[in-house]
Amino acid sequence: MASIRQNVQPDALPDFRNLGVIARILVGAHALALGAVIFAEAGPAQAIERLARAATLLEPLLIASLVVLAAASPWLARLAYWLGCAAVLGAVLALAALAHALVAQLLGAPALEGLARTLVLAGAASALLLGYFRLRVRAYSPALAEARLQALQARIRPHFLFNSLNAVLSLIRRDPQRAERALEDLADLFRQLIADGRGFVRLADEIALLERYAALEQLRLGERMRVVWELDGAPSDALLPPMVLQPLLENAVYHGVEPATGASEVVVRIERRGDRILARIENAYVGGEPAQRAGNRMALENIRERLKLFFDAEATLESRIEGGRYRVEIGMPYKTGEIRAA
Amino acid sequence: MNELKVFIADDEAPARQRLKELLSDVAGELPARVVGEAGNGLEAIERLPGSGARVLLLDIQMPGMGGIEVARHLALLPDPPAVVFVTAHDRHAVEAFELNALDFLLKPVRAARLAAALRKAADAGAPSRERLARASPGAREYFSVAERSRIVLVPVREVVYFKAELKYVTLRTRAGEHLMEEPLVALEREFAEQFVRVHRNCLVARAAIRGFERAGGGDEEPHWNVVLDGIAERLPVSRRLWPVVKELVGEPGP
Repeated sequence: MASIRQNVQPDALPDFRNLGVIARILVGAHALALGAVIFAEAGPAQAIERLARAATLLEPLLIASLVVLAAASPWLARLAYWLGCAAVLGAVLALAALAHALVAQLLGAPALEGLARTLVLAGAASALLLGYFRLRVRAYSPALAEARLQALQARIRPHFLFNSLNAVLSLIRRDPQRAERALEDLADLFRQLIADGRGFVRLADEIALLERYAALEQLRLGERMRVVWELDGAPSDALLPPMVLQPLLENAVYHGVEPATGASEVVVRIERRGDRILARIENAYVGGEPAQRAGNRMALENIRERLKLFFDAEATLESRIEGGRYRVEIGMPYKTGEIRAA
Repeated sequence: MNELKVFIADDEAPARQRLKELLSDVAGELPARVVGEAGNGLEAIERLPGSGARVLLLDIQMPGMGGIEVARHLALLPDPPAVVFVTAHDRHAVEAFELNALDFLLKPVRAARLAAALRKAADAGAPSRERLARASPGAREYFSVAERSRIVLVPVREVVYFKAELKYVTLRTRAGEHLMEEPLVALEREFAEQFVRVHRNCLVARAAIRGFERAGGGDEEPHWNVVLDGIAERLPVSRRLWPVVKELVGEPGP
């Protein structure tokens, strides 16, 4: 069990440039303000009036905070977690003091209550929201641990491992060099599978992994499998969560190529469209047994959760059957940068 | 010493190659000759009967038709081969499928185990149909009929009805009919989702039922008849089964 516990997601500040995060902050701050006035005022009429007054301070402060945090996001991400939290709190408090002074200047002091009160409220709201984001990451990290475990089990699934080893054995006498390459591919694949799944990986590395996996499958399936790679538009520096693409390709082989009696084509298309990365994997739809389809759904659900953990609301995963083809498409933001060691 | 004639069925070419290599490795202690190969289940059923094979090395996971179903159909041959199953499944799956009752090898296969399994299977002969049926993961996709020394396959969805007559069961499709030796009760159990019993001696494909019409009068006792899709023949519904069969009118079969 130790290996599972090690897998808990490290605490990290949210990505303040992510639309999902921004939306959560806006909704959260307003919900807190609403809760506070309802709690403080006797009737609905007073509460609404008080909320309107509070908005003159809350809205400028929120917008200013979001702009500053979004601008400072890469710098904040490099700080240790608690230092980052202190920086966020400091920034919000400073902005609160500034906003308080400005609003007092423009509207006159009577419109506002004391500076101390503003600072306490802003600080408390920020702390609550930071706590919420921390809990959210923790709530998702079991999915990650499970994903790794599941991926391991799925890949150490006898079906793939033993059939691949069997294919390598058949090569050793006829074509020793190809057998060597195949074992190297298998080693690389397994190294990746038992690696830490917490940080981002580079798209170029993930594509290399896809190619190694496809080479192994090609070995045993031969002419029955044809993989069409459409990767010209794939930016190699894009960052993405690990083990998102490989399970999709494996599903395509398992459900689209192996059960087919004739030759079958799998298309892997990855491209950048504006500030988005689109990855599509497509195979022949052969049908299959309910248990297999359930397995496929579970794999997709797992990938969806991991995308959510890394990209919040900015990632999408869709699957559909169209014209006898089964397609899975992932959309995620085009993100570059250093790979942070977890 | 006589050569053992072996047939290899596996959908992966390298796996067939590997088995041939192993057979030549053990030729000293067990002279064997590969008399045929197949890359999927349907090919195996087509090619094996003329090959003279005594033992079939049969992969369990193959596209089109899995190994267990292949063995069930081949068991109808007058001189069926002994079967050694080959699988990449782990032991748990083997137990779940009740394969333990059959001879099987795990991939990757070792030469010594291959030789032992072949020798044992050749002595024991073909597996019984009951053991194969028990090891089946689900219902078959084809019915089979032995005609002279080959196997004719009829896809399950093409069958309109089965009718028991004395020793045989008649299998009726739109194109014609075949005689089978399987008991109606076993067919009813295996294909409960696709077929419904309308009479003591008759199973009808749910998908082929178009409706019912009244019949009888005069000398005959009044009863209902099943109207079938694509066949003019009407089949009587027994009075005892009518309440069950009636329910199907509103809901067309799957």
